Amino acid sequence: MNHYDAIIIGAGAAGLTAGIYLSRAKVKTLILNEGAVGGQMVLTHEIANYPGIESISGYELARNMKLQAQKFGAVIKSNIKITSFDLKSNPKRFVVNGKDEYTSDVVIITTGGRSRTLGVPGENEFKGKGISYCATCDGDFFQDKEIIVVGGGNSALEEAVSLTKYASKVTIVHQFDHFQAFEHYVNEAKNNPKIDFIMESKIIEFIGDEKLRKVKIQNQRNGEVFEKDIDGVFIFIGYVPNTEMFEGILELNQYKEIVVDKNMATNIEGVYAAGDSIAKRYRQVTTAVGEGTVAALSAAEYLNKFEKAEQVAEVSVA
Amino acid sequence: MLRTNLTHILSEQEHAKLLQENENVMVCCGRMGPMCIPVYEVMEELENEYPHVKFADMEFDIPDARVIRDLPECRNFAGLPFVVYYKNGKVVKATSSIQSRDQITSILDQYFSQEVKETATK
Ligand SMILES: Cc1cc2nc3c(=O)[nH]c(=O)nc-3n(C[C@H](O)[C@H](O)[C@H](O)COP(=O)(O)OP(=O)(O)OC[C@H]3O[C@@H](n4cnc5c(N)ncnc54)[C@H](O)[C@@H]3O)c2cc1C
Repeated sequence: MNHYDAIIIGAGAAGLTAGIYLSRAKVKTLILNEGAVGGQMVLTHEIANYPGIESISGYELARNMKLQAQKFGAVIKSNIKITSFDLKSNPKRFVVNGKDEYTSDVVIITTGGRSRTLGVPGENEFKGKGISYCATCDGDFFQDKEIIVVGGGNSALEEAVSLTKYASKVTIVHQFDHFQAFEHYVNEAKNNPKIDFIMESKIIEFIGDEKLRKVKIQNQRNGEVFEKDIDGVFIFIGYVPNTEMFEGILELNQYKEIVVDKNMATNIEGVYAAGDSIAKRYRQVTTAVGEGTVAALSAAEYLNKFEKAEQVAEVSVA
Repeated sequence: MLRTNLTHILSEQEHAKLLQENENVMVCCGRMGPMCIPVYEVMEELENEYPHVKFADMEFDIPDARVIRDLPECRNFAGLPFVVYYKNGKVVKATSSIQSRDQITSILDQYFSQEVKETATK
């Protein structure tokens, strides 16, 4: 039978932590995950701020969490697609890959976030052929080449500086006239002789043949458009929460983040949320783990009440 | 060596042998990094679903990985991993950078479809 006490949507830091807590408490738990297990942790080369572990690769930390959750009995299904679902029904219902149905009494949503893309012509076509979203992965393909870094936050500036190890020149293209980054990142970038800036501007098109050759850039103040020859473009323009599927169902704020209370409860009874998909200020592995814990404990408490209520209902019907 | 559960190709010779012994081969040439790990994971899952395909990985930074890096099909690639699909030893498709399960299975279904093979042998 495909009924579980708890279904967790997403297997990042928050989801795996919730999975560890619930399955350890003997709650029959299923984790449904769209991509690779580990979520954004897998995108992180080195995590150096996880208390108790001086330094660990994101891959390793994710793997440890996955094994720990499985050891306690959590079932993880990764690389799946939830094709339809009902959070308001009782039990809650999920259909995976258009065929397999799973139900549960409680749900925890930990769908996290993903890199924002520019969404302009040519972006998909030249991914891996000049366009990259990972400096540590692809930086060395641009040895002595000219590249652009798009963005004005901490990661854009930090990665721009790190990419000067390889590139002959790095141009930062940013849509505003100021950066949204810590002062030390801004200063480091400004003091680097290999870095140039094109401010108040946006890339509006990627152009090339078998690989990226140039970009079209538009000045946001006067609308002027010009072309720039370039070998590579690295895009670091922040993250968007993976909450599209919950629009109109769960309460979301203006940034499409899930609104939760201090117990990680959403506006639907028996549905909790944690991690980068919720409305919050600091997006870190430690915060995701903390919220995953709270969500799991709240969910376990809900399950207890729910089961008692069910028993009472059964007795009164009988 | 890459920390995956896939068959590791460690040399040019092993690469050649694998192509000789298997009709359908998918090789993911990468590092233990953010764009590569999701591809290895999908391959590990697909091993059971596609028993007629040999799934293997190769470390991008070993000298022998030139058998992948220097392929004309990978000439314009600038994103890890480089993934190459071989049919009877010939490259039929190559991709660069992270790919989803759907993207990978659609390539496998297109080039290594069992139906195509069955009809061809009828
Ligand atoms: C490059 C980078 C470096 C970072 N460095 C650090 C660091 O050094 N230290 C630190 O503490 N934090 C760091 N962070 C932040 C940290 O990784 C995140 O805050 C944390 O991992 C979020 O965990 P999460 O579980 O909320 O979400 P995620 O990790 O995003 O996991 C969500 C999971 O849900 C899945 N999913 C999404 N939608 C669906 C759906 N519809 N159905 C099923 N599954 C779905 C996703 O595929 C994913 O696997 C970094 C982030 C990045 C991107």
